[in-house]
Amino acid sequence: MSALIEELPRLWEGFQLTLFLAVVSGALSLVLGTVLAALRVAPLKSLRVFAAAYVEVARNTPLTLVFVFVVFVLPTLGLILPLGTTPAIIALTAYTSAFVCEAVRSGINSVGVGQAEAARAIGLGTVATLRLVVLPQALRTVVPPLINVLIALTKNTSVAAGFTVVELTSTSRGLARDNPADVLALLAGVAVCYLLITIPAGLLAGRIERKVVFSR
Amino acid sequence: MRNRTTAFVALTAASALFLSACGSDESDEPPVEDVDASEFPAGSTMERLAEAETMTVGTKFDQPLFGLQGPDGTPVGFDIEIAKIIAGELGIEPDDIEWTETVSANRESFIEEERVDIVVATYTINDTRKEVVDFAGPYYLAGQSLMVRADDDSISGPDDLAGKTVCSAEGSTPAGNIEENYPEAELVQFGQYTDCLDPLRDGRVDAVTTDNVILAGYVAESPDDFVIAGDQFTEEPYGIGLKKDDEEFRTWVNDVLEEAYEDGRWTDAWESTAGEVLDTPEPPAVDRY
Repeated sequence: MSALIEELPRLWEGFQLTLFLAVVSGALSLVLGTVLAALRVAPLKSLRVFAAAYVEVARNTPLTLVFVFVVFVLPTLGLILPLGTTPAIIALTAYTSAFVCEAVRSGINSVGVGQAEAARAIGLGTVATLRLVVLPQALRTVVPPLINVLIALTKNTSVAAGFTVVELTSTSRGLARDNPADVLALLAGVAVCYLLITIPAGLLAGRIERKVVFSR
Repeated sequence: MRNRTTAFVALTAASALFLSACGSDESDEPPVEDVDASEFPAGSTMERLAEAETMTVGTKFDQPLFGLQGPDGTPVGFDIEIAKIIAGELGIEPDDIEWTETVSANRESFIEEERVDIVVATYTINDTRKEVVDFAGPYYLAGQSLMVRADDDSISGPDDLAGKTVCSAEGSTPAGNIEENYPEAELVQFGQYTDCLDPLRDGRVDAVTTDNVILAGYVAESPDDFVIAGDQFTEEPYGIGLKKDDEEFRTWVNDVLEEAYEDGRWTDAWESTAGEVLDTPEPPAVDRY
């Protein structure tokens, strides 16, 4: 236990980095995922095909492989990114946005087709229909699945440990090496750090859900 | 299924025999003594092995220059040669040695369960391990070292690492050593050492650090790209893992090692294997603890 207290500064650094990865990739994934969902219901077939292909590739590829692609394959194609958080954020965003897209798309499908028809009838174009009528209703219904996706993302940031990012999981391995007698307490401390991110995220989701609820 | 497995084993064994027969006229094999089992004290491990005319050796199958499984299934490397020297003193032909792969995680348990007679597997002697197994040797002192790009002469030791990016495996002892003793170096950690190689090639890291033995393996695979920079800066004694409390056998193995140091067999073994990449060191003094 004393080792855990002694190592708190290191744990704090790892925690900050995990939180940073989760927040930045989470925000980027929400934006990119929503855009992808809009593309999937676009009137142009080529856009629909592109978005569908992207989603199928990204969500069916193991996250570790996405990391390998960004960290080891892209450099051989000439795109050399500095090691560290940049490739990790790219990989996490590319992967998570596919799941966000599918969650948002299910929300779009839940909005009655009459809504879109009414929007058309009053002269709104495709983009305005989505932005002003469909998406606001769609996003309200998908708060719980989106938070699920973000909680999964928080845990997925641990994959970055194997790719030079010294976040919580990576920190825990270093801690275990330096304090072999207190491995259990240290790992428990690391697990609690993850909970510190995911449990408030769940609570926040509940509040947002109640706040944005609407009756049909 | 069983038949197929048997057939496969037979085929592998046959090809191993065939291939080793091809190589048997090479004179670099350590000599096999003509030994009578009765020369050894009754009831000793040496007598048992000499009597059986075979022994099981645990070694690495994936460590270039030390223990690397060749295409024919038999491993080659410095550890293998050391095992052959010991087997030779018991009158056991190299072909009669049974090689078993031992990885870092199972070496102690393989010795304790007597699944192997000796372990020669880049096996670092330390106090934790001494509680469960005994070590003869050391027969080599490995150590942490640096590997850099072949065209980079700005790094010749750990003191040159300030401001440079150095790559190692996550949570490993070499990484901890850099963190603690060379804090000016920027340490990046991948899941495994091999992941450091591409970033070293394309310049995202300036050096890779771990045991010189592992680095030498990478240099052997890409001699045009990488070189070992400077000398090793830690000492990791490699020993031969033996069953705990077999004092007689341990003393005998230590005697064999010392003999091999003196008559040049140790040097020959080194030069024909790891010596291709690493300098030939002085044989270390065995530690009869």
